[in-house]
Amino acid sequence: SLSASESFPMSQLFVKVDEVGAEALGRLLVVYPWTQRFFEHFGDLSSADAVLGNAKVKAHGKKVLDSFSNGVQHLDDLKGTFAELSELHCDKLHVDPENFRLLGNVLVIVLARHFGKEFTPELQAEFQKVVAGVASALAHRYH
Amino acid sequence: MVLAPADRAAVLALWRKLGTNVGIYTTEALERTFVAFPSSKTYFLHLNLSPGSAQVRAHGQKVANALVLAVNHLDDLPRTLSYLRELHTHKLRVDPVFFKLLCHCLLVTLARHYPGDFSPNMHASLVRFLNHVISALAPSSG
Repeated sequence: SLSASESFPMSQLFVKVDEVGAEALGRLLVVYPWTQRFFEHFGDLSSADAVLGNAKVKAHGKKVLDSFSNGVQHLDDLKGTFAELSELHCDKLHVDPENFRLLGNVLVIVLARHFGKEFTPELQAEFQKVVAGVASALAHRYH
Repeated sequence: MVLAPADRAAVLALWRKLGTNVGIYTTEALERTFVAFPSSKTYFLHLNLSPGSAQVRAHGQKVANALVLAVNHLDDLPRTLSYLRELHTHKLRVDPVFFKLLCHCLLVTLARHYPGDFSPNMHASLVRFLNHVISALAPSSG
């Protein structure tokens, strides 16, 4: 299970890179194109460059990362923290929970790309636990 | 299943760049899988799994050899990997989820070491290539 002490290095890393959320969301849309279905109102998603340069993708990506960071501050109650978002994504948007796991893994890859040497296997393991916890909390409304 | 020309070109170019170092990255991917997803160690209890283990490095090299083989036989993956499919599916009975975890850790490793090459398009090409490999290795994985 997750603990507050594990959140210290992780929250530091989130703060360091502004564009991590935008890049993670952008890569999700490029690598797993069906996810674009939820963002058709964002405009031009016709190429990788279009997606990564799209202002709405960047803004939404930042929103997603802020939400993750909030989750990192509340590891003891992820289900409570993400209850409203779970309702939104599951009940209203009908997003299959597998996509939460995909985004979590894309986020881990983006962090690895940015932090290189610092992104040790142990740090990756901590992040994997957080993204799995967040994905599970977001999927909670399906149960 | 056929890998699109753009994906082939991207993966071939990257593999050429990795050259003889593929084994270094597959070994790191294995080590990351063991640390991040400890249940995966179940397939390797007969090996010394401590960091830097020569046995893990040897297995990493086997994985590297298989990926290089795959990259050079993209037109005929099922036949090329049939021996490995038999081994992993019927003899070792590896849960296909493990292959997905290992591939994810390989992407983490490559993103870490080649941040400039790891563009969104390269990322997508690698995912598609690795999915082809997993399909050829574990056809029932759906």
